[in-house]
Amino acid sequence: MAEPFLSIQHVRKSYGTNTVVQDFSLDVEPGEFVSFLGPSGCGKTTVLRMVAGFEEPSAGKIVVGGKDITRLKPNQRNVGMVFQAYALFPNLTVAQNIAFGLKVAGMPKADSDRRVAEMLDIIKLPQMADRYPYQLSGGQQQRIALARAIAPKPKLLLLDEPLSALDAKVRVSLREEIRSIQKKLDITTIFVTHDQEEALSISDRIAVMYGGKAEQVGTPFEIYNRPATKFVANFVGTLNVLEGTVTDAGAGRVRVNSQEVALKGKLNGSKSGDTLSLALRPEAISLARQPGHDTSLSGEIAEVHFLGSVIRVRVGIGGNTVSLDTFNNSTTPPPVVGDKADISFSSGDMLVLH
Amino acid sequence: MKSGKFWAWVVFAIGTAYFFIPLLATFEFSMRMRRGVHSFDAYQIVLGDPRFQATFMYSVIAAIFTIILGVLIVVPAAYWIRLRLPQIRPIVEFITLLPLVIPAIVIVFGYIRMYGSNSPLPFLSSDLGASALLVIGYATLALPYMYRAVDTGLRTIDVRTLTEAAQILGAGWTTIITRVILPNVLIAVLSGAFLTFAIVIGEFTMASLLNRPAFGPYLQNIGANRAYEPAALAIIAFAITWGCMSLIQILSRFAPKSANRPN
Repeated sequence: MAEPFLSIQHVRKSYGTNTVVQDFSLDVEPGEFVSFLGPSGCGKTTVLRMVAGFEEPSAGKIVVGGKDITRLKPNQRNVGMVFQAYALFPNLTVAQNIAFGLKVAGMPKADSDRRVAEMLDIIKLPQMADRYPYQLSGGQQQRIALARAIAPKPKLLLLDEPLSALDAKVRVSLREEIRSIQKKLDITTIFVTHDQEEALSISDRIAVMYGGKAEQVGTPFEIYNRPATKFVANFVGTLNVLEGTVTDAGAGRVRVNSQEVALKGKLNGSKSGDTLSLALRPEAISLARQPGHDTSLSGEIAEVHFLGSVIRVRVGIGGNTVSLDTFNNSTTPPPVVGDKADISFSSGDMLVLH
Repeated sequence: MKSGKFWAWVVFAIGTAYFFIPLLATFEFSMRMRRGVHSFDAYQIVLGDPRFQATFMYSVIAAIFTIILGVLIVVPAAYWIRLRLPQIRPIVEFITLLPLVIPAIVIVFGYIRMYGSNSPLPFLSSDLGASALLVIGYATLALPYMYRAVDTGLRTIDVRTLTEAAQILGAGWTTIITRVILPNVLIAVLSGAFLTFAIVIGEFTMASLLNRPAFGPYLQNIGANRAYEPAALAIIAFAITWGCMSLIQILSRFAPKSANRPN
């Protein structure tokens, strides 16, 4: 494995007796885009702020490009950062904002002007150089903030929930733009978000955080399809959880509301009689039997929600309720509440939660 | 017209009359120096008096130094309290209010005792030292106004995020204060500065007891010995104060704009 570009080693952060980050470690490859994903208060922003130098770790080490930066001040780290609240300087024009870091670094004006023009081209706002921040929309302000952060060619780019203050449409377009600029410049990037769709759509890897720890670090595919813990499974994507009882540990059989399900050796050491939580993604379930699905359960349609391109159906199976989506087909009438229904899935898609 | 609006106008008219009638009377009286006609003789005498020019210039220079001292103390202090020590803000606010509670005469007697010619810091043993002490005293008197003005200015910007944004771009503290914080609170600082100017120009107690040739003691001296000139001086003092207030209004139009304050 190549030498990591950013190495966060056993970092801990406490405020008095309150520990907000506990023993967090992560290695990031050069040019990699890693997202910290988690609910509010999970410590993701604190880790980012420790990398930026705004918070000092209570223990542990942060290494960038082989150099220990743990005790360096923020202005000595050569790190770029984009803030949730844009943080553009209101008294400076767009061009002056982008040139701020270059001027502080002592870059000659002609070079600085060239770099500002280059940055404005990259973010596709070349005509905005003389505007003030208050004359721009939220999305434009955040693009300028991104240009300002990358103009001094930082070693590392930190994005602290940069899309949270924007409306849904702008968020989607800007996240794609951020990813494309990051790829183009090949800059190692840490992105903090609580929005799983954002993290899944643009990251090389995701660190899902909870209670000050990394619950799981992996690619979006791994995080979504093979969640390591119950928290990750519940936090990332929609999940149906069924409570079952092991009837035959050897054969991997579990009873879910008087119906038998075969899990084929995925019981993780559970014994007969143990209670298990079984999880299924909605997209793994079909209404009625489908080819390739080896397991089915019978129930009754409990709710039907029309969402345009898809119809979300909730099926009651004893004490459990399972959500699944079916494509809207104008020639087929939607399911009716109260009707009997079978759901089917592949037992291989079923996850046993810890 | 609704009755509520009518009474509002009545109250406004009474308030305006209460304020302007004495002012108009003073103005009218100041123009009666020449018997039988209205003239600006009193103003000519006052403005032509070398003591007026000398004392006024002395107070203007003292005001400028007071403003510089106040800005140097208050801006970094208020900024640091907002950024790092918000928990001590109520204590600092209380301290800055003390000059309104403790009379200037108490402060100046304290100065005379502390900084007399026998003191280790004998400010009062030279003219320059006494003037420096007067400026320090004025900065204390203006502290409630300067601190509040700057603190209100700082409230309109996101001090912490702007500081962090500048820091991560490589800026040190001097750059942050001079290029990010100060330009964004400039109007607030100017408001504080003009209030300071207005206080210093008319201040009597400190200047008189420290025996400084300031405008305040000159006003008092003229008032005690002449008839029409004090009225003319009162009108001039009003004009200076209103001029300061108008300048605040004019300069605020050139303030850096922000998303919170687009117009």
